[in-house]
Amino acid sequence: MQILKSSKEYDAIIIGSGAGGGMAAKILSEAGLEIAILEAGPYFDPADNEQKTQMKWPWESPRRGASTVRPFGDFDSAYGGWEIEGEPYTRAEGTKFDWFRSRMLGGRTNHWGRISLRFGPKDFKHKDVDGLGENWPIGYDDVKPYYDKVDKLIGVFGSKEKMENEPDGFFLPPPKPRLHELYYIKAARKTNIAVMPSRMSILTKRINNERGVCFYCHQCSRGCAVHADFSSGTCLIFPAQKSGGKIDLFVNAMAREVITNEEGKATGVSYINKEDRKEYQLKGKVVVLAASACGSARILLNSKSAQHPNGLGNSSGLVGKYLHDSTGASRSAFVPALMNRKIYNEDGVGGMHVYTPWWLDNKKLDFPRGYHMEIWGGMGMPSYGFGFGISDLNKHIGGTIGGYGHKLREDVGKFYGAVMGIAGRGECIAREDNYCEIDPNVVDEFGIPVLRFNYTWSDHERKQAKHMHNTFEEVFHAMGATPLGTKPGKDEDYGLLAPGQIIHEVGTTRMGKDPKRSVTNEFEQLHDAKNVFVVDGGPFVSQADKNPTWTILALAWRTSDYIVDQLKKNNI
Amino acid sequence: MDRRDSLKSLFVGSLAGTSLLTGCTPEEKALEPAPSPTSTLGPYGRTPEEKERDQKLMQETLFTEDELATLAVLCDIILPTNDEFGGAVDANVPEFVEFMAKDIPAYELPIRGGLMWLNNRAFKDFNQEFKACTPEQQTSIIEEIAYPEVDVPISSQGTGIIFFSLMRDLTMTGYYTSKIGVKALGYQGNMANTWDGVPEEVLQEHGLNYEEEWLAKCINQETRNEVAQWDDEGNLIN
Repeated sequence: MQILKSSKEYDAIIIGSGAGGGMAAKILSEAGLEIAILEAGPYFDPADNEQKTQMKWPWESPRRGASTVRPFGDFDSAYGGWEIEGEPYTRAEGTKFDWFRSRMLGGRTNHWGRISLRFGPKDFKHKDVDGLGENWPIGYDDVKPYYDKVDKLIGVFGSKEKMENEPDGFFLPPPKPRLHELYYIKAARKTNIAVMPSRMSILTKRINNERGVCFYCHQCSRGCAVHADFSSGTCLIFPAQKSGGKIDLFVNAMAREVITNEEGKATGVSYINKEDRKEYQLKGKVVVLAASACGSARILLNSKSAQHPNGLGNSSGLVGKYLHDSTGASRSAFVPALMNRKIYNEDGVGGMHVYTPWWLDNKKLDFPRGYHMEIWGGMGMPSYGFGFGISDLNKHIGGTIGGYGHKLREDVGKFYGAVMGIAGRGECIAREDNYCEIDPNVVDEFGIPVLRFNYTWSDHERKQAKHMHNTFEEVFHAMGATPLGTKPGKDEDYGLLAPGQIIHEVGTTRMGKDPKRSVTNEFEQLHDAKNVFVVDGGPFVSQADKNPTWTILALAWRTSDYIVDQLKKNNI
Repeated sequence: MDRRDSLKSLFVGSLAGTSLLTGCTPEEKALEPAPSPTSTLGPYGRTPEEKERDQKLMQETLFTEDELATLAVLCDIILPTNDEFGGAVDANVPEFVEFMAKDIPAYELPIRGGLMWLNNRAFKDFNQEFKACTPEQQTSIIEEIAYPEVDVPISSQGTGIIFFSLMRDLTMTGYYTSKIGVKALGYQGNMANTWDGVPEEVLQEHGLNYEEEWLAKCINQETRNEVAQWDDEGNLIN
């Protein structure tokens, strides 16, 4: 087979166009660098009528939005999912991990919930608090200026709360709470649980003259045609292209490995063009991996050479190790006070207007680290699944279950908007024995060796999930609500979802000062190859009880500034 | 006559003269049928592979005319027309159910088997297939399978109840995600608006109010179009 090589040498090749890759593309191109972006999926713009799912009605999908094809339903804008045809992965026996991938421009930023939380001072140095895991080599003060810049560039609504580990930022004002959220606030107050406006990267107020303002359709997960929420394509890559950045965007380009020379330095990247299934090579002075924590680990592990026999950047043997995803558990409840509702438009923004940050002191608890709580409910647009089992709710009010005819219409009138839910999302302790590695026996359809996952929860996470469920019931009872289903017990790991289900996986190329105990330094630069950087969730030492995107963005900006500086100084 | 019309005529034919032909408002019974899932789909953001899958499924015929006709009778028993809104057949629920049985193949057997079970049951009781039974006869069968026991898993309550529960779920979802059903539900969203909180009369009805301190943090919608500016401490100044 012939490998097709380009003669052009880019200043930087970025692999992946999600949060980290998008930010690197913007900052590096604005500094005048000539860059290439490799994206494994197609071009995507939520404003394109052919790709748009926003403002569609359920009947426009023949399956009414069911999740047969896309894991979050037909109208979710993310292509891909936990299973992708032709791109398998495997799991070591007795372990679980589900790997969500979005093959498209903007990657998983087209899917995420837009919850945008800064890590706090404690989150960077949590080993100092409880002796578990490892401290980051940097602290909140190192990242704060970049969080500030990300807030101002991309926009996030929220409120100043002066909570030590929930740092305030440059916020747009949040929307007012919805009705079920008002009930939640009241119940949280009663049970001494913290509650505050949520923090989400949705423009409740104009942030510049290019992007639009939220028009409250509740559909951020579908992507926004006026670009009023954050996704990497709309907020980073398109603006970088428009402002004249020298960017060559390669879509449907599946990276295979980083090419290195006899000094062990990267000289380029090889990839497969999915359209002609041929292999190509691009030359670059710097390689920036932004293929997601596991995607980048896979590329590094597959980049073996005489200089890097265990894979690029893997002299420590830690590439792929310390993989950790958020913990997750949830429960829903029937709220009698919300029966027979007067119907009005309460779509609001694409997600919660109110949430609960971690509020307890672990000294009084039997597990380390915390979790935050996300809430949902309201009179949303129906889609596939609406009305399933709705008459069952009658059992809580002494009514008749089942039936047919006009009785069912009455049930719908009674119960529409009377169910809400709470989801806990917490911190898992990063462990060396939770990891992904190359499966020597399996390749994907492009002949690239795939990942094998090896991940188990420990009692830390199980006890945390148990605590979440106790909290859910406490809050529900305080609002006079009846929790639905049964509380999961020990035999079900207290309802803890499989690792990978929360899609916050990080840690596979963790940063640190000691090259023997970390893969990257504080600038997300490989200890083993000075011109290779990782700007996704891989360099995270610990993930906090926060969604990782805002920190990925802040660190990618910080790293990009460092790359520009180092190139100027001829250090790389 | 397209497939949908023939289906409707079968349905109507089997019940000619019953109340099902009356009691519908002219608005909902207008000549213009709701778009059938078997007609061409508009764009809804499909990738080429997804488009192909949709087309393939829509071209396949899974249920026989007879099965569809029985399904139609059943769906309209589950959600009949009322004074204001059309019922399940008006909302193309039988076609939706057929599509779902192609889209999620695990549905096929319980639905087809359930329909056979229903006809067998009708033969035993009334010596004719279900759709040929009088409304009273149909009701007598449905009454037996429409009320599951509380707190017992549906899956252990016998074929009839299992089947009817599935059909109730699919009919409800098919109906309330249709144009007619969304209207019947009264859903008010999916349109551009400037959301500014729960209406005052609803707050009052619930004995709730917005705390002043909380409200002070929230967006003043009159300023939403001004480009945000902050002081150095991150306080919004406009």
